[in-house]
Amino acid sequence: MYNTYLIRYGEIGLKGKNRPQFERRLMDNMSRALSKVGRAKVSRVYGRLVVESEIEPALVLERLQKVFGIVGVSPALRLPLDEDAVCVGALQALKDAVPGLQLSPGSPITFKVEARRSNKTFPKTSPELNGMVGGYLLDHYPGLQVDVHNPAIRVSVEIREKNAFVYAGVVPGIGGLPVGSSGRALLLLSGGIDSPVAGWMSMKRGIQIEAVHFHSFPFTGEKSLEKVRDLCRLLADYTARIKLHVVHFTDIQKEIQMHCPEELRVTIMRRMMFRLSTSIARQREALALVTGECVGQVASQTLESMRTITLVTDMPVLRPLVGMDKEEIIQRAQQIGTFETSILPYEDCCTLFLPKHPATKPVPAEAERAEEFLAVDDLLAGALERTVIEDITARG
Amino acid sequence: MTVREVYLDNSATTRPYPEVTRAVVEAMDENYGNPSSLHRKGVEAGRAVTRAREAVALSLGATPGDIIFTGGGSEAINLAVKGLAPGRRGRHVITTVVEHPAVLNACEQLKEQGVEVSLLPVNQTGVIDPEHLRAQLRDDTYLVSTMYVNNETGAVQPLADIAAVIADFRQSGGRLYWHVDAVQAYGKLPLRSKDLGVDLLSVSAHKVHGPKGVGALYAAPQTPLRPLVAGGGQEGGLRSGTENVPGIAGFGAAAAVIAREAGGAAAKIWSLKKQLVCGILAGAPGAVLNGPACRENDQCSAPHIANISFPGLPGEVLVHALEQHGIFVSTGSACSSRKKPGSHVLKAMGLGEHLLTGAVRFSLAPVNTAEEIDYAVAKTLAVVRELRLLYG
Repeated sequence: MYNTYLIRYGEIGLKGKNRPQFERRLMDNMSRALSKVGRAKVSRVYGRLVVESEIEPALVLERLQKVFGIVGVSPALRLPLDEDAVCVGALQALKDAVPGLQLSPGSPITFKVEARRSNKTFPKTSPELNGMVGGYLLDHYPGLQVDVHNPAIRVSVEIREKNAFVYAGVVPGIGGLPVGSSGRALLLLSGGIDSPVAGWMSMKRGIQIEAVHFHSFPFTGEKSLEKVRDLCRLLADYTARIKLHVVHFTDIQKEIQMHCPEELRVTIMRRMMFRLSTSIARQREALALVTGECVGQVASQTLESMRTITLVTDMPVLRPLVGMDKEEIIQRAQQIGTFETSILPYEDCCTLFLPKHPATKPVPAEAERAEEFLAVDDLLAGALERTVIEDITARG
Repeated sequence: MTVREVYLDNSATTRPYPEVTRAVVEAMDENYGNPSSLHRKGVEAGRAVTRAREAVALSLGATPGDIIFTGGGSEAINLAVKGLAPGRRGRHVITTVVEHPAVLNACEQLKEQGVEVSLLPVNQTGVIDPEHLRAQLRDDTYLVSTMYVNNETGAVQPLADIAAVIADFRQSGGRLYWHVDAVQAYGKLPLRSKDLGVDLLSVSAHKVHGPKGVGALYAAPQTPLRPLVAGGGQEGGLRSGTENVPGIAGFGAAAAVIAREAGGAAAKIWSLKKQLVCGILAGAPGAVLNGPACRENDQCSAPHIANISFPGLPGEVLVHALEQHGIFVSTGSACSSRKKPGSHVLKAMGLGEHLLTGAVRFSLAPVNTAEEIDYAVAKTLAVVRELRLLYG
């Protein structure tokens, strides 16, 4: 059975002096991801990250495929220091890596054996091992063909102190950087399709996310808040836990509805959300805001709107979806597992009180004039005071 | 601060009576045997099921042997609609546009098997015209399925008139079976299955202060039913699977209350409904009662359901606003700003968009009090006044 996993991490390798720090973060994240399913040992061996675990391989791979920073995982067989065992193991690894491998010589599959002997007490040298294992594989599969320069399959054999390791396949990971290696940011999470994807994409770049949600009970119900919690749980799968700040937004909504010109309501609402998010981010020592905005998608997402809204914050606002089309966003949401939850039909505060003709090109001066009717500071303080922080943990 | 709790969503589900909870707990704690077992534990569990069957039969004016326990009201309905054998000639089913989705979707499945389904329309109060039924009856009609009380509006279908039309049809040689979805009528209106002349009748325990996940189908003798669930042959072979003894025992306890109170509960709920409807309509300008008028003796309206529209206010927001005061009600049906499905029942009654989105259902139970209704009326009026400021 496969009980050893070699972890491939592309990008971290490039980080000069920070490398040990990144690796430690990745090791912690892997340990945490695996701790939910059983015992696993994550260590750094011979300059590589290795996971050892007796957990069902499919389960291990599934968990590791949700850890940012991993480019690929090679499940390896741990074998006794014995020539026959190494040959049999290599054959097994090859068969698992190439499902449906043909016995007969039809269209040949090219391969190469890459043996490394760090334990010099083993009787065969590396070149001898290459020949021995390669010959054994060819005997069993005449359809194979050796190609040392550009093989389709690389069968690796490593002779170590106590054991030999054999592996052939690489299971792709999700790439990116280990979550936590790039600092913290606050995600404006609405419950729609876009914001969870924006959160995921920033986590992929190593950002630790906290989420803020603006709740307008009774205009939005308990079910819509539960949906936001569910989305947080799905995102937490990639990072173990997420803090969710639930802001009491009702009073602000009411005041805007009663005192601001209809076409500017969405603009003012977003400005209030950005102000609140900035305060929370500062308090939580987050370095940026993240939103699911995408240029031109709705009235509040024109460049004019974005400018008028963003003016109220001095924090960087990350918009990871800015280059994506709706279709791409939906595909990504499906891939990361948030789509089905996002499309549940509950009111969210963005669809509430939606004016028939929202301003698409609001200028800052009009927004400021409209806000003269609001006790902005008092409203912000009131909303922050009634903000509740929830700790959302990943699913089991 | 603890907000008081006034539960007025009794058509969604009800709070179990204490004796129901006791019966369920007893069946789990002590009487945990399998009724099919030969030993004492099995016999005792079997006895609990028998007692419950007798209680349910009594509450329905039926014979215990005609009661089939199911996994709820929807399952009872499915067993009736899909389990009924069409016979040699049968290939046509008649039901109404205002049925519960359990009936409508079971009929959709029949369509896939080549059965033709006719839907009877309703008038603006949600009631069918029995003459429409007469006009739709054909030689190959084998099933008529009508509800007794509509779950959204409380409209009562004229069962006696429907029975007369069916009797005429049978007299002239027609062969059909009549199913009544009595889930919302059970415990509220007189239900003597034999007097009604129905062949099949479905009820659910959790709508009458019993546990969830258990219901019953009354089937008159000789009704040709086939099981939907195959297995060990429990419930006369019509519903295999080890009996849900705790659920059934709890159902029995709830049924015993219904049989004991007879019509007493209905009179009490009627007065609560009048208090609620009059209070709200008098105090909230523009509010409209959907469905039949609130008159106790014209038998068009059930005593426990009042569907009221507040035009211009989203029903969903009203529900949440009342929830803040501890009052639990529901919308006509789930509805969001993105999709506007609206209630198929209210649509069938010809309600306009404004009434559809602003519909709220209050549903009462014998456990509610006049004082609770006073509170609910006052808070509803206050909430509507406040929301009017925002929604214009």
